[in-house]
Amino acid sequence: MDDNILEMRRITKTFPGVAALQDVTLAVRRGEIHAICGENGAGKSTLMKVLSGVYPSGSYEGEILFDGKPVDFRGIRDSESHGIVIIHQELALVPYLSIAENIFLGNERRGRGGLIDWNRTNADAAKLLASVGLHENPVTPVVQLGVGKQQLVEIAKALSKEVKLLILDEPTAALNDIDSAHLLDLMRRLRDQGITCIMISHKLNEITSIADSTTVLRDGRTVERLEMGSGEVTQERIIRGMVGRDLDSFYPDRVSVPGAEVLRIEDWTVRHPTQDRLVVDGATLDVRAGEVVGIAGLMGAGRTELAMSVFGRSYGRDISGRLYMHGREIKARSVAEAISNGIAYATEDRKRFGLNLIEDIRRNVSSAGLRKLARFGWVHDNEETRVAETSRRDMNIKAPSVMSVVGKLSGGNQQKVVLSKWLFTDPDVLILDEPTRGIDVGAKFEIYTIINRLVADGKAVVMISSELPELLGMCDRIYTLSGGRITGVLPVAEATQERLMELMAKDKEPVR
Amino acid sequence: MTSTKPSSAAKGAPAESAPAAALHVGTSDPRTLIMNNLRQSGIFVALVVIVALFAFLTDGLSLSPGNITNIVLQYSYILVLAIGMVIVIIGGHIDLSVGSVVALTGAVSAVVVIRQGQPWWVGVIAAVAVGLAVGAWHGFWVAYVGIPAFIVTLAGMLLFRGLTLRVLDNISLSPFPTEYNQIAAGFLNGLIGGDGYDAFTLLIGGIAVAGYVVSGFRTRVARIRYQQPVESFALFVARMALVGAVVMWFAWQLANARGLPIVLIILAALVLVYGLLTRRTVFGRQVYAIGGNLSAAMLSGVKVRTVNFWIFVNMGFLSAVAGIIFSSRSNGAQPAAGNMFELDAIAAAFIGGAAVTGGVGTVVGAMVGGLIMAVMSNGMQLMGVDQSMQSVVKGLVLLVAVAFDVYNKRRAGAAR
Repeated sequence: MDDNILEMRRITKTFPGVAALQDVTLAVRRGEIHAICGENGAGKSTLMKVLSGVYPSGSYEGEILFDGKPVDFRGIRDSESHGIVIIHQELALVPYLSIAENIFLGNERRGRGGLIDWNRTNADAAKLLASVGLHENPVTPVVQLGVGKQQLVEIAKALSKEVKLLILDEPTAALNDIDSAHLLDLMRRLRDQGITCIMISHKLNEITSIADSTTVLRDGRTVERLEMGSGEVTQERIIRGMVGRDLDSFYPDRVSVPGAEVLRIEDWTVRHPTQDRLVVDGATLDVRAGEVVGIAGLMGAGRTELAMSVFGRSYGRDISGRLYMHGREIKARSVAEAISNGIAYATEDRKRFGLNLIEDIRRNVSSAGLRKLARFGWVHDNEETRVAETSRRDMNIKAPSVMSVVGKLSGGNQQKVVLSKWLFTDPDVLILDEPTRGIDVGAKFEIYTIINRLVADGKAVVMISSELPELLGMCDRIYTLSGGRITGVLPVAEATQERLMELMAKDKEPVR
Repeated sequence: MTSTKPSSAAKGAPAESAPAAALHVGTSDPRTLIMNNLRQSGIFVALVVIVALFAFLTDGLSLSPGNITNIVLQYSYILVLAIGMVIVIIGGHIDLSVGSVVALTGAVSAVVVIRQGQPWWVGVIAAVAVGLAVGAWHGFWVAYVGIPAFIVTLAGMLLFRGLTLRVLDNISLSPFPTEYNQIAAGFLNGLIGGDGYDAFTLLIGGIAVAGYVVSGFRTRVARIRYQQPVESFALFVARMALVGAVVMWFAWQLANARGLPIVLIILAALVLVYGLLTRRTVFGRQVYAIGGNLSAAMLSGVKVRTVNFWIFVNMGFLSAVAGIIFSSRSNGAQPAAGNMFELDAIAAAFIGGAAVTGGVGTVVGAMVGGLIMAVMSNGMQLMGVDQSMQSVVKGLVLLVAVAFDVYNKRRAGAAR
């Protein structure tokens, strides 16, 4: 019999009209790293909310055994007092408090008279920081740290609560490769210290490299539990469990027939909006009709900054350089001008920058091209609905109607709304910034298919991605960006992950 | 959440001409209809309940012809302010200065007309010009300098109150000439006679109902042509009949009192124009987009600064309209005029379903919210309720209305 620290048995959780979890079973051995995978909507987050007490005991059926004893958590404090700590995808740190204050928030180190003992707070924080390998002063405000370091602060905070079971929800989603590697290392070290970890992740390569066992969920049910130790479980094997079938290929095939040049960017230079440094330095690149061009770069290389500054100067200052559409020089001093010149930019953060989450699909689809639906400033609202209906059909947006509020759609469907919105402006070139971030495998494939359809129709696509396999699978050519400079361009036939990494890491010293 | 699907009847009969189809397609499933309009119908129901409650408590006095006319005259300027305020709130801002701007525009008008002896329309133009200038001032600071509207208009509240005192030299000015006083106190009546009632008022009511029915039917036909969900024809007729009956009853009450108040015509025109402006124009859509997600609006090509600027210019304009109506009604200008008006206007918008975070709200909702406040205040005055208790009740109603909204949203969120 295994020594299980956690057993969740026959958990069923229903919301009005839907069963989010049905008879889900989860067993986690003491001292292992256990991965949970599943497509979006498979029930991973719901299961973790049941475990951590967000959905209190009584609101679900089934039983939870922790350390062999049945537990009934009434709330997060309850589960935390047992040593179960969950770190959410969206980090929950207070930006203007210091690292130490954040670590002990709600759990303050108090001295005589109930006042906070600052010496002990900072000294204890320093110890915790050392144990997660973060070399920062505990009094530094969290807002000054990057996402990777903030993640480490969250883990230090969990350690301060004498955590036995640490749950990480998509811990590397926002991290670059180097920070991700650090984090995975840290998880291995924590495991060796006897802390059990549950990790929810979409990144299957991380799961195969780090997890000891994996539970696969699909449509609110447990599909299988895989033992990873032998190294025989491949990514393809996990995907088969998640989607219930083999994906013949991650990336749909496309015959590449590049046509005439659509967009050329020459000698593009952008200064940081507040600091005195260049974030893009003399970048020159072009994209043709019927072509997907990739931009690879580590975090901070200036990929998004390049794209946004081209898109109507939405980022940075002192922008210089030239833009050509179809060989003719254009000015795109505002987003409206960029759109009317046939440029579209789908942001990497669709919730913050891409969508009006409280509005319906219809209003979001029309939002960038509203003038096309209007005469003398009057919007033709039935025509607007028809446009949205067409998008919903063409893009296979899964929603009851175009009046459905966008905030309630899954990530993949939201991304399809973003694409619909930009396609309605009828652009010649689409700049897609991390188009598949936070989207499940099935929806990714759909997005790839849509991209291929667009280039087959003669559009030009610029694709920015942190996932090199995605760039290698989708692009015709890949530019590498490092420290704001273009360090290379490779036809996909000559590109490998290793060569791209080499170019992405080249010339890393900060420019000027 | 329940959502409407395109009605199967409409889908099944694409060949049929839309006007003919308009007679017999559509859903009458009450669940679908209620769920779709929960928030909207909620405030209408609340208004009906409150009207009924005070009719009961005052033995029908609150629904008497004289009192109905009174409510229109007494609260019209708050409703005018609420139109502008709901647009400001949808855009994600707030305007604390409108009370002071009402005072200032009224004061300028009074100085021009009473002290300088200019004709009444010069006063109107002067007041509107001052309102637009104030709006442009606010718009400049909010849109182009980037100061939060709360601060800008708080400053404006002090600033324009002070200027009002300067303009009036700390004294009241009155009375206005009759023409000016007619704006808020005048009636259109007797134009086509009537026996104990004013036939003209009934005629205008009839025209309004006819216009509502025709535009309702045209909308329905267009929606069917585009295979949009519509209510069943019986329900459509019932809705038209209900609205028609309420409007005609209202007109009948007015006709039996003093006729059609001029200020009601102004208010109706503003509601119509601004209702269309917010729902059907690019500008209106952009206001919602900015309030819903500023960054996304910016990256969709919305000229955020321009839109924000005009939101405040518009608020200044409507403050001037309210200032003219108020000074006309009180037949003079006082240094303390318009005190706390901003709070009534803000409360009307929020009771009417606007969201504190922006992006949500309707002009019609704000009107209903304003009417709820108006009927309550008026009813309590009729009952002789103490001023202090009136304030307590109004405060609680605002709180409960918004709490109901928050509760609804949370429930909708949890149902997911």
